[in-house]
Amino acid sequence: MTVTDIEPAGRELPALRRLRWRRRRRAAAVLSVLVGLVLIFAVLSLSLGAYRISLDGVLRTLVGQGSSRDEFIIVDLRLPRLVAGILAGAAFGLAGGIFQTLLRNPLASPDIIGVTGGASVAAVAALMMFSAGSLGVSVAAFIGAMGTATAVYLLSWRGGLTGYRFVLVGIAAAFMAHGALGYLLTRGEVREAQTALSWMVGSLGAARWPEIAVLAAVLGLLTPALLALRPTLGLLQFGDDTATGLGVLLERSRIGLLAVAVTLAAVATAVTGPIAFVAFVAMPIARRMMRSGAPVLLPAALVGVVVVTGSDLIAQHLLPGNVKTPVGIVTAVIGGPYLLWLLATTGRDGRGT
Amino acid sequence: MLTSLRPGRGERDTATVTERARTLTVGRRLGGLLIAVLLLAVAVFASLAFGARDIALPVVVEALLDRDPGVNDHVVVWDLRLPRTVIGLLAGLALGLSGALMQGLTRNPIADPGLLGINAGASLAVVVAITWLGIGTTAGYIWFAFAGATLAALAVYGVGSMGWGGATPVKLAIAGSALTAVLTSLITLVLLTNLQTLERYRFWQVGSLVGRDLSTARTVLLFIVAGTVLALASGRVLNALSLGDDVAHGLGQHVVRDRATILTATVLLCGSATALAGPIVFVGLVVPHAARWVTGPDYRWILAYSGVLGAALLIAADVLGRLIVSTGEVEAGLVAAFLGAPVLIALVRRSRMAAV
Repeated sequence: MTVTDIEPAGRELPALRRLRWRRRRRAAAVLSVLVGLVLIFAVLSLSLGAYRISLDGVLRTLVGQGSSRDEFIIVDLRLPRLVAGILAGAAFGLAGGIFQTLLRNPLASPDIIGVTGGASVAAVAALMMFSAGSLGVSVAAFIGAMGTATAVYLLSWRGGLTGYRFVLVGIAAAFMAHGALGYLLTRGEVREAQTALSWMVGSLGAARWPEIAVLAAVLGLLTPALLALRPTLGLLQFGDDTATGLGVLLERSRIGLLAVAVTLAAVATAVTGPIAFVAFVAMPIARRMMRSGAPVLLPAALVGVVVVTGSDLIAQHLLPGNVKTPVGIVTAVIGGPYLLWLLATTGRDGRGT
Repeated sequence: MLTSLRPGRGERDTATVTERARTLTVGRRLGGLLIAVLLLAVAVFASLAFGARDIALPVVVEALLDRDPGVNDHVVVWDLRLPRTVIGLLAGLALGLSGALMQGLTRNPIADPGLLGINAGASLAVVVAITWLGIGTTAGYIWFAFAGATLAALAVYGVGSMGWGGATPVKLAIAGSALTAVLTSLITLVLLTNLQTLERYRFWQVGSLVGRDLSTARTVLLFIVAGTVLALASGRVLNALSLGDDVAHGLGQHVVRDRATILTATVLLCGSATALAGPIVFVGLVVPHAARWVTGPDYRWILAYSGVLGAALLIAADVLGRLIVSTGEVEAGLVAAFLGAPVLIALVRRSRMAAV
């Protein structure tokens, strides 16, 4: 008999503490890996291109000491693209994470439930029927996304909201949107159709500073709201009854969270177009990295950023051919198989086994 | 005391009641099927009678009974409206049946060729055919649509069945959505680099009964017949499978072989429909639900209803698309999507499946 066997209570506390410490260490490690990747991708995306700028040049330009030529290329050409990618990636990652946790359904991402579809229809209609400019398209996309989300919410409401019903109604909305998009594509000139198509798949090239500023402002404004709602989100994942029992004002907090998620997805879609799979995969990847079943919003947002910026690097510099590939194609081609693999290897509750 | 003395009577009464109920149900089911066939007949006639060109109903009947190649109205009925009606009939039948088969096979209330990635598979194959093989007619697309649909179906079903819990509805739907997104992106990539392909593809992808000539129908007719026969023969098996694999196995079903047969029928039908009319969503989804609503859970009846109602719905959608817009028309696939989505939403709202 050893001393430890005699004092089980005394052993428990250090064990718990050690577990918590290990968790924290893992969280710190994951966050620093993600931030590191973002930094690397950021520098690469500023330095690579037809005119290559050295790391030294990039850094000097960023602090305002670069040559005027470097400054033009970085600040006017490459930085908007990078910043749009970072902000949109974070917004999509957060939106998807909130949706999936709130509705307790891995299907519930803004792509699947018609939010981005509604945005696409409105944007493409503005583009092809009214020849709208960049700002008009963004506004239309935002209105389309919010309108679709509201409709899906109201239509799936029936004395309460269940995740599965919400997803199914959203799928119906998404398919309607898809039909309307197909119809719009058959109208008008084939070149217009091609422009619309490139918007529909999501790309960072068209983003301009005013729109990026709006996206940044929305993210900045919603972050405090999200921080306030985060504990509620953690409780909601245990189910409505448990959450109510724990004192959550169910409908009010749910509407609040949904509004935050939809706004994030809508604004991001308005600026970059619907970038496939980012919202879908951000939370599952973040959970795997954190080895956590709890909602992990900050890592999910960072995963979104890494996926978007990394995919854009691949789209811009690694793919052959002289056509600039929209980032959404790369995210889909990488994200889709990843999701399928996740599906084939994942346990019942959507976590890794 | 009295009842215990005459135990036989109660039993007999129950038996009679059950018997009567069964007869009534069969009567109701047959009556319903008759109504469905009537609906289909009305849709077919409307499809021959209405269109951009005003043709008086007696002239339509006359054209059908006694064709005169010199009369323009007769030519319109025979050469324009009849082919698209036949295409609609075949494609709708195939979509309705394949939807019912898929929902039974996957025990998934939202199974539909569109949702399970099959349309996307067919579409990518058609894009490849247009771009790299220079194929430009719907008759030429057939084999590609077919192959693409088959591969996508196998991939989605394969991925959906792996891992925990087998092919659960949510997993299949995610797998279908994921595959659709990947394939759609690849399609977009090709379309962005190739204007000619986009020009052709954009008219194929809306799902339409126009511009498909009857030789296309002749090519896939054999597949549709084979698929229909297999489908109608699968009713009993689907009933057993709907009780779960273990029970089906216990009932003496060879689960793996049965699944393979049903999957074959699904792919034959689905591939034919997509080859004929392009990717059409919701017909395969909505029709079996409507059928089940009348017939109850017996798949032998659901399948019969679904075939007839599928054809009726697609043809009706096509006629509606011709009549909505005064100039030009809206494609059948789009009308089907806009009719189907509200029905799906209504089904989701009323049924218990959405509460899971």
